[in-house]
Amino acid sequence: MWRVTFRNLAARKVRLALSAFAIVLGVAFVAGSFIFTDALGGAFSGIIKGSTADVEVAPKGATDFDSSQDFRTIDGSVADELREVDGVDAVYPWNQLLTLYVIGSDGKVVGGSGPPGLGFSDVATRSITGELISTYVSGRHPRGTSEIALDVATAETGGYELGDTVTLVSPGDPPTLEAKLVGTVEFGEGSLAGATLTLFEPRAMQELFFDGRDVYSGISLNTAEGVSQEQLRDAVAPLLPKGVTARTGDTVVEVGEEGLSEILGFINTFLLVFAAIAMIVGTFLIINTFSILVAQRSRELALLRAMGASRRQVNRSVLTEAFAVGLIGSTLGLGVGYLLALGLRALFGLIGLDLSGAEFSIQLRTVLVSYAVGVVVTMLAAYLPARRAARIPPVAAMRDDVALPESSLRRRLLVGSAMIVVGIGLMIAGFAADGSLGLTLIGLGMLLILIGVSLLSPLLGRPLVAALGAAYRRLFGSVGLLAAQNSLRNPRRTAATASALMLGLALVSLMSILGSSATASTDQAVEETLTSQFVVSNVTGAPFSPAVAEEIRAVDGVETVAQFRQAFPKLDGSTAFVGAADPVQLAEALQFPMAAGALAALQPGTVLVDQTTAARQGYELGDTLPMRFQGGTVELEVAGIFGNPGAIPANYLVTPDTLRKGGLDPLDSLVFITGEDPESTEEIRTAVNTIVEDLPTVTLKDPNQFAEEQREQINFFLGIIYALLGLAVIIAVLGIVNTLALSVIERTREIGLLRAVGLSRRQTRRMVRLESVIVAILGAVLGVVMGIVFGVVLQRAIADQGIDVLSIPWLQLVVFVVLAAVVGVLAAVLPARRAARLDVLRAIGAE
Amino acid sequence: MNKGVAARAVNLRKLYGEGDVAVAAVDGVSIDFYTGEFTAVMGPSGSGKSTLMHCMAALDAATSGEMYIGDVELGSLKDKQLTALRRDKVGFVFQSFNLVPTLSAQENIELPLAIAGRKPDPGWFDTVIETVGLGPRLKHRPNELSGGQQQRVAAARALMSRPEIVFADEPTGNLDSTSSAEMLSLLRRSVDDHGQTIVMVTHDPLAAAYTDRVVFLTDGRVVDELRNPTAERVLEMLGALTARTVRETVTEAGV
Repeated sequence: MWRVTFRNLAARKVRLALSAFAIVLGVAFVAGSFIFTDALGGAFSGIIKGSTADVEVAPKGATDFDSSQDFRTIDGSVADELREVDGVDAVYPWNQLLTLYVIGSDGKVVGGSGPPGLGFSDVATRSITGELISTYVSGRHPRGTSEIALDVATAETGGYELGDTVTLVSPGDPPTLEAKLVGTVEFGEGSLAGATLTLFEPRAMQELFFDGRDVYSGISLNTAEGVSQEQLRDAVAPLLPKGVTARTGDTVVEVGEEGLSEILGFINTFLLVFAAIAMIVGTFLIINTFSILVAQRSRELALLRAMGASRRQVNRSVLTEAFAVGLIGSTLGLGVGYLLALGLRALFGLIGLDLSGAEFSIQLRTVLVSYAVGVVVTMLAAYLPARRAARIPPVAAMRDDVALPESSLRRRLLVGSAMIVVGIGLMIAGFAADGSLGLTLIGLGMLLILIGVSLLSPLLGRPLVAALGAAYRRLFGSVGLLAAQNSLRNPRRTAATASALMLGLALVSLMSILGSSATASTDQAVEETLTSQFVVSNVTGAPFSPAVAEEIRAVDGVETVAQFRQAFPKLDGSTAFVGAADPVQLAEALQFPMAAGALAALQPGTVLVDQTTAARQGYELGDTLPMRFQGGTVELEVAGIFGNPGAIPANYLVTPDTLRKGGLDPLDSLVFITGEDPESTEEIRTAVNTIVEDLPTVTLKDPNQFAEEQREQINFFLGIIYALLGLAVIIAVLGIVNTLALSVIERTREIGLLRAVGLSRRQTRRMVRLESVIVAILGAVLGVVMGIVFGVVLQRAIADQGIDVLSIPWLQLVVFVVLAAVVGVLAAVLPARRAARLDVLRAIGAE
Repeated sequence: MNKGVAARAVNLRKLYGEGDVAVAAVDGVSIDFYTGEFTAVMGPSGSGKSTLMHCMAALDAATSGEMYIGDVELGSLKDKQLTALRRDKVGFVFQSFNLVPTLSAQENIELPLAIAGRKPDPGWFDTVIETVGLGPRLKHRPNELSGGQQQRVAAARALMSRPEIVFADEPTGNLDSTSSAEMLSLLRRSVDDHGQTIVMVTHDPLAAAYTDRVVFLTDGRVVDELRNPTAERVLEMLGALTARTVRETVTEAGV
């Protein structure tokens, strides 16, 4: 019995290879996600470990928040006291900046604006790994305020050699500075994952960025021999001023890695969602392949039954084939997954995440998950066909025409309709529920509806296929008619094949509608609310020196310059998106629709909340909100509720002094410029451009350009999602190839007959091609329709999150359908050739 | 000669369709097939001979009546038991050979045993191979064998598990006359030399001449039988049957 199974595997290599390929792609996605996030985790974990000393002294909460604006310091005298403590081997006080960008010799920001630009004191601290945090590779230590050392990769990317003058963009005043490169270093664990590292002499750091005061951002301590981290921490703790804490290196690493694993988990989940989509599409392909294989072998299976094979044996035989296919597919998938992880490395490299130094390894967990997913999915998908195989009556072996027992379409109708009804119910419930729970329900509802529709697609597709058939008949005569009838002959198979494509296209259409709506919403928001003539900002929202705004203020013809700042304190346990600005300045720059209270009510000690957030959290005028910043908790009274301003990224609005109370150094995220006279626009543009031209990190934009920049970001994100969904579409296309190839083989005799009565090779090819196009268009149309429905629903669901304009890119959707038809033609190339090449006599004689 | 009964049908009926449109393919057949005998079932097309065989071979369920293989009544058996019964007690030879194309001749022959999870008895295997005369062809795949050779593989497969009874459905229907003769003498030999019970459906009087007994079926009923047949007598009988059928049809039509 096993022998029959394995001989079958061997005899149907090509067929099974096609369905194995679906598994390969799906598993590759799963494996690739894990391999990539492992590598990412390894790289960042290396950075954390490689930059943490035995005991770290820092202001409380310094590492728990986004710290690019943290300006709290420790007095220099503390470091001197710590040197006297027993058990200390070395004390290294340091200063750091997180937005010190290196400008390459080509004038561009090294590493782009994504990864942080680290500025650090040049100290000889050893990390807990025992290595120096930075090791000199060439040159010497920098001395004075006009010398620096860079990490090797940055120097290389920036095109700098020792002795060159390097331009830096700093968060201080002046916003740019120049320094001579005198040394290059290697970071402790090798890679900085795309971040740049600039080292200054410690004293120079204070001179340049801390007003020359003898203060430090933190102090690193190394233990003497035989002293544990905990012992040293406890010895140091009593000497520290209020608001400053000491933590062991292990704790710092632990906290850091916790935060890291949260982010990695997010990335992994994001990628695994696409893996799941690929797997679901692959499932359709496998079900189809095995159904057809079983159909082809029904006579043989009946023979086995006649000779006394039990249902279980037949069932098991088919499932064993599935197991083998799953096993082979998973193995290849692991390999392809590795390549995919390297591809993801390149993709993330585009946004500045440099993982060229990271180790890409396949861990045991990755292997186990890959095999489990691959094998289980294949066997589940093969289960239905296997069960049907076992139901073949033994007497079928004696008959010439073997029809597989088919479950009636009625059951499909019932199950499919039930799923759609439940799906719609979940969606409605999702609308009623809040936040992520609501979205989860809506997502589940969509999945159920998709599966329901694919179950019903033999029925739903009928009118469409009939319409296409009528068109075919007119256009292509009897060949067209044959093609249409062929696709109707096995509605289930046509539907299953089309369903795979439907799924892919539903998601692509959904994303295109969301993307288009997001773009339209941004455009509208900018158009309606932005009244200033210009905006200065960083593409990724990284903060920049307030000195820029000061310089612009001095430009002739500028009336107001509104500085907008951002912070991310904790409120009620989650991160709040807080913006800070002077209300008078802001009113000049933006139309600020107020739902309650007035913009003018924004004063120190008060906060404005946006409408949606206020409704969700139940905040009302007069409520007190405790916002926890790294520097401490600031109590704020709700003084107003604003409608969605669109152009600014904030749910809460406070005055700049609130951030200062919270321990944040004010850096600007957006600067709005309003001129005295609309006529003077071009002069202002010219004047401001001369200010920002030395600062590649920020750009000057008029409202159109500002909107354009936002559009580009949306499109970039969409591009990534399209690329990831593309794999699912490829699997679906393979499904079409597979189904067509099999139906050509199945109809060998019939095609021979058609050829014998005068169908030319060309007509044969056309017949197969037209059938393929029907399947592709059926899938595309169903998919696009589902995509539109889901797109509208989802846009409504997230309308309160800034995507309040629905925009359906009709042209793009039509293009999708046309592309699907083209794909149909391409998918038919090989099967059509095979059909046309059949030897007429042999084909007629074939069984 | 004291002959046991290898298979028996009692008042067997098999209807196709339901209600008014029901057609009786087998209409109250009672018959015994004796152990160690080679029996032919003959009749015109549509006489129900194949249906009778399918039911008796536990491949298809009867509408009413009783069927026995040995002492076992088939009607009371569940699918599982029927499967085991087919596996252990019944052998098949089909008109269209029905070999598994991916297996070699030898593997095809051993298939029923493999399904049952048993090893072939080497002595019996050699005997069967000798009987069917396939020695040098055992490693070939079915598509490398002639029709006659394929059917001999199928016969060997049926004999391999020493079933109580072998059902052969038009085993020579797809063969030329030489291969047919070889096939029939092979079946004959296995009855004579090894006491195998064989029931063969055929419409070829020459084939029927190899058997011990011919049973004639018309319209789902047993109408006659013949012992120690010769081709001439079978032909005669068939002629008479056909004449009778024609006469009855004409009478019924009221002419």
